[in-house]
Amino acid sequence: MPRIAITVDGIAYEEEVEPRLLLVHLLRDRLGKTGTPIGCDTSNCGACTVLLDGKSVKSCSVLAVQADGSAITTIEGLAANGTLHPMQRAFHEEHALQCGYCTPGMVMAAIDMLRDDPEPSEESIRHGLEGNLCRCTGYCNIVRAVRRGAQDMAVKTP
Amino acid sequence: MTEVGTARRRKEDARLLTGRTQWTDNMQLPGMAYVAFLRSPMAHARITRVDVSAARGLPGVIAAYAGADFAEEQGSLPCAWPVSEDIVIPDHPPMAVSEVRYVGEAVACVVATDRYKAADALDAIEVDYEPLPPVLDMNDALTEGSPKVHEAGNQAFTWRLTQGDVDAALRDAPVLIDRTYIQQRLIPTAMEPRAVMATSDGESFTLWSATQIPHVLRLMLALTTGIPEHKLRVIAPDVGGGFGSKLQVTAEEVLCLLLTRKTGRPVKWTESRSEGNLTVHHGRDQIQHVTLAAEADGRIRGLRVELLADMGAYLMLVTPGVPILGAFMFNGIYKMDAYDFNCTGVFTTKMPTDAYRGAGRPEATYAIERVMDELAAELNLDPIEVRRRNWIRHEEFPYTTVAGLTYDSGNYEAATDKALSLFGYDKLRAEQGDRRDRGDPVQLGIGVSTYTEMCGLAPSRVLGSLSYGAGGWEHGSVRMLPTGKVEVVTGSSPHGQGHETAWSQIVADALGVPFDDVSVIHGDTAISHKGMDTYGSRSLVVGGVAVLAACEKVKEKARKIAAHVLECAPDDVEFSEGTFRVRGTDSGKTIQELSLATFAAHDLPDGVEARLDADATVDPDNFSFPHGTHLCAVEVDTETGMTKIRSYVAVDDVGKVVNPLIVEGQVHGGIAQGVGQALYEEAVYDAEGNLLTSTMADYLVPSAADLPAFVTDRTETPATSNPLGVKGVGEAGTIASTPAVVNAIVDALRPRGVHDVQMPCTPERIWRALS
Repeated sequence: MPRIAITVDGIAYEEEVEPRLLLVHLLRDRLGKTGTPIGCDTSNCGACTVLLDGKSVKSCSVLAVQADGSAITTIEGLAANGTLHPMQRAFHEEHALQCGYCTPGMVMAAIDMLRDDPEPSEESIRHGLEGNLCRCTGYCNIVRAVRRGAQDMAVKTP
Repeated sequence: MTEVGTARRRKEDARLLTGRTQWTDNMQLPGMAYVAFLRSPMAHARITRVDVSAARGLPGVIAAYAGADFAEEQGSLPCAWPVSEDIVIPDHPPMAVSEVRYVGEAVACVVATDRYKAADALDAIEVDYEPLPPVLDMNDALTEGSPKVHEAGNQAFTWRLTQGDVDAALRDAPVLIDRTYIQQRLIPTAMEPRAVMATSDGESFTLWSATQIPHVLRLMLALTTGIPEHKLRVIAPDVGGGFGSKLQVTAEEVLCLLLTRKTGRPVKWTESRSEGNLTVHHGRDQIQHVTLAAEADGRIRGLRVELLADMGAYLMLVTPGVPILGAFMFNGIYKMDAYDFNCTGVFTTKMPTDAYRGAGRPEATYAIERVMDELAAELNLDPIEVRRRNWIRHEEFPYTTVAGLTYDSGNYEAATDKALSLFGYDKLRAEQGDRRDRGDPVQLGIGVSTYTEMCGLAPSRVLGSLSYGAGGWEHGSVRMLPTGKVEVVTGSSPHGQGHETAWSQIVADALGVPFDDVSVIHGDTAISHKGMDTYGSRSLVVGGVAVLAACEKVKEKARKIAAHVLECAPDDVEFSEGTFRVRGTDSGKTIQELSLATFAAHDLPDGVEARLDADATVDPDNFSFPHGTHLCAVEVDTETGMTKIRSYVAVDDVGKVVNPLIVEGQVHGGIAQGVGQALYEEAVYDAEGNLLTSTMADYLVPSAADLPAFVTDRTETPATSNPLGVKGVGEAGTIASTPAVVNAIVDALRPRGVHDVQMPCTPERIWRALS
């Protein structure tokens, strides 16, 4: 079995994995990183979105072996020393989650989107999050939260 | 007292935002094995052979079973709502033994050491089928000579509600609107797929499930499997959305209990999305034939509804009750003297239908709101005006409708006036006229929906009169801890609604304690021993009120103890903002001080127990009746059939509001789901009974890019049937928005001779309607 080295939320792991093992199953079943959920099997919903070397990927569509040598950031690794990431806080303040199942993926995708577009319009937020489905919120408050999170992140990182 | 009514940020968010969640699939127990199910690829077939022996020998495989292995112990999945005396309730084995009746029905299973090995081993199972003819069309199913889904035939039941003389109302009516609408089949699509974990010590069983109904589930699983109720604990941990789809007693829940018994190991099953699209109960699927009779001035004389409701292959928990709930809502907010509702439940070889957000009420509201627009068009009246001429005026409440419900309160005029103003109705009408005159290829349509719904399910006596198997009460308990903190246990079972926050607000006001000093526990039958769970916009209206009633009892107990400590008569003690005072003095004790004194129990009055806690079970006297006016403007490209929602205004009256943030969120999400039905979503079966929309790539759940920002506002007419004045909001948006959107599309196209577009109103359907 292939042996991979992977860093997840700052902790280094070495794991022997079947070549077919999905990254999301490595995270959830092997490493106990259950903060990243699975919502579909066709890469439509985006619930399992994580950052792979800083870029968002749907971890159901990445093999664990493809992540060899990479650093993964999940929703569990965002808050630093107990302080929520500005995007997490914005989701809380704007009531951008109800059941919360899509939230980890939505937050990670939003953070990645801002790398290219740090001051997104409502329309670009809506298109930027097209690959992340939510069934509870109707997206209104998610859009508000992403805009607020973007503003707060801009203040933090001039 | 200021907590109720404030936009508190949610307590639930902290764990959900940081990934410290307890979804059922997150959990692992020592020695736990994974379950995978082999499912029928045939819509209808006799099973002639199942051979699991090759699977049993594969590495990592602990066990493999066919339906026959469960035949003695699996029972039949329950239907709790036998709506008529002669209803046909077919045997519904959790795992098919001799015949399959829909694609996706489980026929075998594997228990293995990991989920990949379990899935691999399914390939080694051999099943022989002898095909039987599928039954897919409801009208065909009812014809003589149709193939049968079940031996007893394809008609499950008929059910009628009639009031007044509809024949007379229809006879010689100046205006008669006769329409047939299709409520397409929908897939609820909660974001969290179903998951079940079960374990046993050999005598007692614990089942974790992504369910809305841990209490109902425990009872039903006990009755189905024969496991004694007191030896079965059901836990609903964090649950990722439901919308009715997790209001069910499922095959997989029963089978996981049996598998942990058979294998002696904890077992877990988690569905894939494509497995879920096949086997989570579906929603809607009705053919509505509606005839409305009106006077020349638009006043309604009477309404006749002939309804065919697709049950699918079996009757599940409340399958037959869904269209019956709708029977009380086809008359909407309108006055009429005659009404006749006839429903036939039909078996087909498809996944069973059951409750989906609104459950019967969205279907009914769609029909009446579509027909009201047709009536307006027929009479060349504004659709708002024709509604004004028929709706119950605010001074007429309480009002008993033609369907027999008594609407306690409402103000349709106020909600509509507010909505019209926010929407800029007159200006949009002017723009519409202008575009029509110019022959603009992009036409503007304006859709109106003035809905009401029956919520707060439900008065137990009413449920009994409708042959439902259980009551509609809810339970709450409140206990003061020695430090003055408060634990609240609720019988309703949240999966995104924010009970932990809203119940804390209610308790904080009632007991005069800080919001943060209250914690709310739910969803575990060992802790929350009594409950009726969450559905039908009932949690706040029944469950929240039960918690409030328990608080009142706690205060009464505390008053006696306070009087004793303060050395006065209980009647001389007054309570305000958390402190019991001797009337007219500054001498007092806080509820926290009394909690500690009660715990110590050194000096309690005679006959008073050393506990400051109370339970309450509340049964509502009536349903609640939220209402509102939704207005939708769509731009329809007549050359391509593309529709774009340009603006959407919702003014809802959900009575008193505990948390406006949560209410607004519920309305937003509800509207989105209703728009999904109007524009995007449809479960499609092919001519052989295969589900073509089995993945999220085929079944279109709206994304952020598909939807506009919704403008929401409220009017507030308190419910008179409960002390909080609340009405419920979980289903309102979904009920209102579907007809608002379709009315807007038809309004855009009416000058081109279009009077209906079948849902979902895809570009192709609109383009064809124009061709």
